[in-house]
Amino acid sequence: MVISVDHLTWMYETMYKIRYYEDKMAEAYAEGKNPVFNIGAGPVPGEMHLATGQEPAAVGICVHLKKEDTVTSPHRPHHHAIAKGVDLNRMTAEIFGKVTGLGKGKGGHMHLFDPDVKFSCGGIVGAGIPHALGAALAAKKKGTDWVAVAFIGEGAANQGAFHESLNMAALWNLPLIVVIENNQYGISVPKSASTSVPSNDIRAVAYGMKGYYVKDNDPIEMYDVSKEAVERARKGEGPSIIEIETYRYLGHFQGDPELYRDKNEVTLLREKDPIIRMRQFLITEYGIEEQRLIELENKAKQEVESAYQFARESDDPNPEDALNDLFV
Amino acid sequence: MQKTKQRLLTGNKAIAEAIRLEMERDPNVLVMGEDVGIYGGIFGATEGLFQQFGPERVMDTPISETAFIGAAIGAAAEGMRPIVELMFVDFFGVCMDQIYNHMAKIPYMSGGRVKLPMVLMTAVGGGYSDAAQHSQTLYATFAHLPGMKVVAPSTPYDLKGMMISAIRDDNPVVFMFHKTLQGLGWMDQLDASVGHVPEEAYTVPIGKAKVVREGTDITIVGIQMTTHHALEAAKKLEQHGIQAEVIDLRSLVPLDRETILQSIKKTHRLLVVDEDYLSYGMTAEIAAIAAEDGLYDLEAPVKRLAVPDVPIPYSRPLEQFVLPNADKIFHEAMKLVNE
Repeated sequence: MVISVDHLTWMYETMYKIRYYEDKMAEAYAEGKNPVFNIGAGPVPGEMHLATGQEPAAVGICVHLKKEDTVTSPHRPHHHAIAKGVDLNRMTAEIFGKVTGLGKGKGGHMHLFDPDVKFSCGGIVGAGIPHALGAALAAKKKGTDWVAVAFIGEGAANQGAFHESLNMAALWNLPLIVVIENNQYGISVPKSASTSVPSNDIRAVAYGMKGYYVKDNDPIEMYDVSKEAVERARKGEGPSIIEIETYRYLGHFQGDPELYRDKNEVTLLREKDPIIRMRQFLITEYGIEEQRLIELENKAKQEVESAYQFARESDDPNPEDALNDLFV
Repeated sequence: MQKTKQRLLTGNKAIAEAIRLEMERDPNVLVMGEDVGIYGGIFGATEGLFQQFGPERVMDTPISETAFIGAAIGAAAEGMRPIVELMFVDFFGVCMDQIYNHMAKIPYMSGGRVKLPMVLMTAVGGGYSDAAQHSQTLYATFAHLPGMKVVAPSTPYDLKGMMISAIRDDNPVVFMFHKTLQGLGWMDQLDASVGHVPEEAYTVPIGKAKVVREGTDITIVGIQMTTHHALEAAKKLEQHGIQAEVIDLRSLVPLDRETILQSIKKTHRLLVVDEDYLSYGMTAEIAAIAAEDGLYDLEAPVKRLAVPDVPIPYSRPLEQFVLPNADKIFHEAMKLVNE
């Protein structure tokens, strides 16, 4: 498939932005947590799940989405949020617990909501799938061609919410696409120890829907299958499952001792890094000049830097603001 | 004396009429749940709606509470106004994550930017030998968790008016109706399940209790069936020269503290009656309000009457033993006024 240069450069720039964002977040998160790790200390307290290495899943489908399409995301949400176009300043401020944050500091990194671009996420495995199902239902009721995408991890494919939602999506022929990021581990448990089938796309058969599998964290392959799945959904041809084999370079959360895997595993994964591969691909296959890519990289870095600056310079919420926003 | 013309409806028809009027008014209102379509809801709350609005707006769902309640959340976030039925409140166990972790928390966690204008309608209550998994009220379980309004109307008039308020509310509202107050032909026929209901749309405010009987000697607070039991007990108390004031809470969240405190200022005695479990429940909450803000108005300790912390048993004598009724209220009230 020939892909437009605009799409390719957007994907590259966005992957780069995500990587740079997560690397900076790892640093910010570590502040105040050395030499003794205390989860509640530092400018970014609480759990932190980073998506370093999982960029292809997010950009490969979000490139096909518009503002009116809905995205739900789980506890590891930054790459999806960035790819969906969530306000980066307010997202970062939310993660820093600031009053300028998306939720005025009430949500934090696992609970980011930006209704302007129809993005939400949450900390309960599998729970976002029904929300995307409902958005897909609303899209159909309103007679639009909007679609809903639920990102989940491979662990969530064993939740009841997954099976209930897929059955209903197919039953009602809704424009829902469930993207399963198989990063190989549910915290510490490898997929082979949790899942009865080799890949979750084959479960699509059980619901009478289309299933796709993307090997080797490949953004281009992800682009291709997502294009088909999104087009089918927009045309009213029903829901799909896409499973992408992806890599989790870091622990389940920052501070995870990762005793369950060989240290060498990540080194090998990083050797086939999707961002480096994509960069090479753009230069050799599409003749894009390296200078152009450097410009995109600098632009992405600049945007991330200014979001972190915005977050750090923003004010904390007033403590008594905790009592507001329960009811509208 | 001028006679007012009464338009009598059962509880279930009052609810269905409220939903019908709102569906006619607002195309974003839709109904989802198990057997809400051609069946009209197991307890009749959606009677006739499928025939009028069809399967596009009155949607039978699979037995997948997590998915369809979660879908209502997703649709509400998109500006729809879904009414989603959880057939028995007891079934919350299979889908509570969607209710308390998502429906109740998303508006707050989003700093108020995401609105979820939805109604979670559910059947509560026992007294007809349906045993432990189909007879609970669980008022306090829902009222304890922040982020949901929780209402439990007791009369056809309030069922209709509060359902319309719930549908128009931009917040998630848990709307509990009591099975025995639906006026269904296959259950006990209670006078309380039939009442005057005006034809037009009207609202009854959420968060306002109602003094349903005025009195001077004792305040009895109830909700749904226990309100009706309290009214019956009050008649008997009157024969003994005791004037009981009966308050129907109607809303658990927000809770109308003021009406309770005003009443005990007048009566100086408080009995709280609940069809839910005794411990950590509504009766304790009302007693705490009286202790915190009305202690000096009381002339006797607060008394509570509720299910004595066992699951609801099946066999009739066992069930009747644990549920509050008018006799038990009468006896507790007599003891209290004689203290």
